[in-house]
Amino acid sequence: MSIIVDENTKVIVQGITGNEGAFHAKQMIQYGTRVVGGVTPGKGGQIFNGVPVFNTVRVAVLSTGANVSAIFVPPAFAGDAIMEAVDAGVGLVVCLTEGIPTIDMIAVKQYMKGKDVKLIGPNTPGIISPGKCKVGVMAGYIHAPGRIGIMSRSGTLTYEVVDQLTKMGIGQSTCVGIGGDPIIGLTFVDLLAMFEKDEGTDAVVMIGEIGGRAEEEAAEYFKANMKKPVVAFIAGLTAPPGRRMGHAGAIISGGVGRAVDKIGALEAAGITVVKNPAEIGETVAAMLKAR
Amino acid sequence: MKIHEYQAKQLFKSYSIPVPQGAVAKTVEEAFQIAEKIGRSPFVLKAQIHAGGRGKGGGIKMANGLGDVKRAAAGLLGMTLVTPQTDAEGQPVQALLVEEALSVEQELYLGIVIDRQRACPVVIASAEGGMEIEKIAATDPEKVLREAVDPAVGLRPFQAGRIFYGLGLDQSLSRKMTAVILNLFRLFIEKDCSLAEINPLVVTKAGELVALDAKINIDDNALYRHQDMASLRDVNQENPLEVEASKYNLNYIKLKGNVGCMVNGAGLAMATMDLIKLVGAEPANFLDVGGGATSEMVKQGLKILLYDKDVKMVFINIFGGILRCDTLAEGVVKAVDELVIDLPIVIRLEGTNVEAGRKILAGSGLSFTVATGLKDAAEKVAMTLKQLQDVKGER
Repeated sequence: MSIIVDENTKVIVQGITGNEGAFHAKQMIQYGTRVVGGVTPGKGGQIFNGVPVFNTVRVAVLSTGANVSAIFVPPAFAGDAIMEAVDAGVGLVVCLTEGIPTIDMIAVKQYMKGKDVKLIGPNTPGIISPGKCKVGVMAGYIHAPGRIGIMSRSGTLTYEVVDQLTKMGIGQSTCVGIGGDPIIGLTFVDLLAMFEKDEGTDAVVMIGEIGGRAEEEAAEYFKANMKKPVVAFIAGLTAPPGRRMGHAGAIISGGVGRAVDKIGALEAAGITVVKNPAEIGETVAAMLKAR
Repeated sequence: MKIHEYQAKQLFKSYSIPVPQGAVAKTVEEAFQIAEKIGRSPFVLKAQIHAGGRGKGGGIKMANGLGDVKRAAAGLLGMTLVTPQTDAEGQPVQALLVEEALSVEQELYLGIVIDRQRACPVVIASAEGGMEIEKIAATDPEKVLREAVDPAVGLRPFQAGRIFYGLGLDQSLSRKMTAVILNLFRLFIEKDCSLAEINPLVVTKAGELVALDAKINIDDNALYRHQDMASLRDVNQENPLEVEASKYNLNYIKLKGNVGCMVNGAGLAMATMDLIKLVGAEPANFLDVGGGATSEMVKQGLKILLYDKDVKMVFINIFGGILRCDTLAEGVVKAVDELVIDLPIVIRLEGTNVEAGRKILAGSGLSFTVATGLKDAAEKVAMTLKQLQDVKGER
C-alpha cells in the first residue's frame, strides 16, 4: 500500500517538450510510471518521448484518462498551469517549479477552494511510491518499497534520509516533498492523516526546516489524532534570523519559525526528534526494533 | 529584496500615502540644499541602511538650523552604522533622508504581510506604534488588530473601517485613515510585496496622518515583472561575497564560523551547518549550489568560500541524484587544481555514480579527505579541526 500515487496513477506532463519536462518525463517512464501524455501549447499532435502531446490540459485528460498532472513550466506561467490542471479535473497536481511569485500562489489556492483536487508543491522534488510510481525529479534507485512514510520540505535532504533508510534495509511506502515555498498545497498535517490511515505505512519520518508553523501544526495534529509513531528532523538550528536559507519559505521572521521552537513543540507532543542528521536512519531502525 | 526608506516613501507618494516633506541626499551639500528648500527648522536626518533600530544606533539626528544640518550630515554620511538589527560590522551609510521634523500627537502601527497557513495577505494595525510589532504582540496581544484579506475580492472598505474604529482614532481621521490602509494594500499587491510596513504612522498635532517611516520588501520571485523595483537594489548594503555569489545563481550566506561548507540543496545545506555545529565547530556560511550544479558553479562556489579569510577548512557534502557524482568530482578537482587551495578539504559524495566520483578524487593526486556517509563525514570534519588546532598549538 501507499498514499496518493500507485500503479494505477496515469500522469500527464505539462511542459513536456521543455528541457526539464523532457528529461524527467523520460526518467519517470524509465522508473515505470504510466506517463500517458504531455501538454505544450502549440505542439499538440506531436509524439514526444513516445507519448502524445496536446495543446491543452483538458484535451489531454479527456484523451488519455490521466488523473495526475506533473508541472515543469517556468515560474512566470506555473500558477496558470496549476489552475489549468485543476480546471481539467485531475485529482492531483504536482508542481515541481521553483520561483513562483507568492501572490500567484495565493490566487491558485483561492481557485482551488471547493474543488476536489490535491496539490503537491510547488518547489518540490515530487512524490514517489517506491516500485509503483514516481511523479517527480528524485533519483528512483535510492528508494526501496517498504513501510515507512516520508514527508519533507526539502529535496536532497530527503534523498539523504531515504538513502540512510534503504541502506539499512528499511523501505518506504510513499515519500512526499511538500515543497520549500511559503504557500503550498498538501501540508504535513494532511499527509499525517493519510499515513495514519494507510495500511501499508507503519511509521512516518518528517523532515522539517525553519520558517512558518507547519511543524508546530503537525505536532498538534499528532498529539490529538495519531497512533503511528513519527520521527522528525528539523534543519536550521544554526540558521540566522531574517535570512532566507535557499528555499523561499525557509526564513525566521518576527521570531516565528525558529528550529528550536519547532523541536520543542514536536517533543512536547511525543514525537522523537533526531538532532543529528546522520542518525535519522538508525533512529528509525531502533524505533522499529523496539516495537 | 529590501529597499531603502526613501525609495519606499517615493512609492508611498505615488500611492497617495502622505509622507513628510523631504528628499534623499548623498552629500553634505545636497543635505543642506534639501533643508534649505524645506525651509522650516527643525529637520531630521535619517541614515539610509537596510536595517531597523537606526535610532538606537545613532543613525537618526535632529538638526536645528541649516548649520546644524551640515554638521549632522557630515557625521552620518560615510559612517558605518551598527544597530540592534545589524551584525557587529554594521552597514555603510551612503545616503541620508532629510525631512521636516513633525510634531507628533500619536504613533500608530500599520503593516501588511502574507499569512502562510491561510494563504492570504493580512493587514496588521496597532494604536501602539513606534516599537516592534512582535513585541506588542507578545506583551499586549489584544492591542494588535488583524484583518485577513479574501484574495478573491481584496481588502474591503469595511475592513479598513473596522481597523479605523479598532484603533480608537478621532472620527475626523476616518476618511484619511481608511484611504491610507486601502492604498497601502493596493501597493502591496501591485508591487508583489512580502512586507509593507509603516511604523510609525503618526497623527500630527495639526491633525494629519503621515507615514514617518516606511519599510517595503519585495518578493524576490516576482522581481522579473517589476523591473522598476529590481533597479532599486542597493548591493552596497549586501555582503560583497553574497553579491558575488548571486552573479552565479549560487545561494550563499556569510556566517560567523570557520568551517566553510558547500552543499547541493537548501535543506541538506542547513542540515550540514547543523552537523558542523554538532561536532563542536561553527559553519562559516550557507552555500547551496543547487540540485543541478555544473562544474563551473562548483568552482565559483569554492572560490567564494575561500575569499572568506575566516575559513580554516572546507566540507563539501553532495548527494547526487540527477546531478552525477562523477561530474561533480571533476568540477571539484578542476577547481582545487586551478585555485591552488591549501586548506584541508573533507568531501562526502553519495548517490548517482558515487564510485566513479570517488575514483576521480582518489586519482587526482590532490589531498582530499574522502568520507563515506554523513556520520563518517562528521567524524572526519571533527578530526581535521582537531589537527588544525594541534598544529596551531605546536607553533
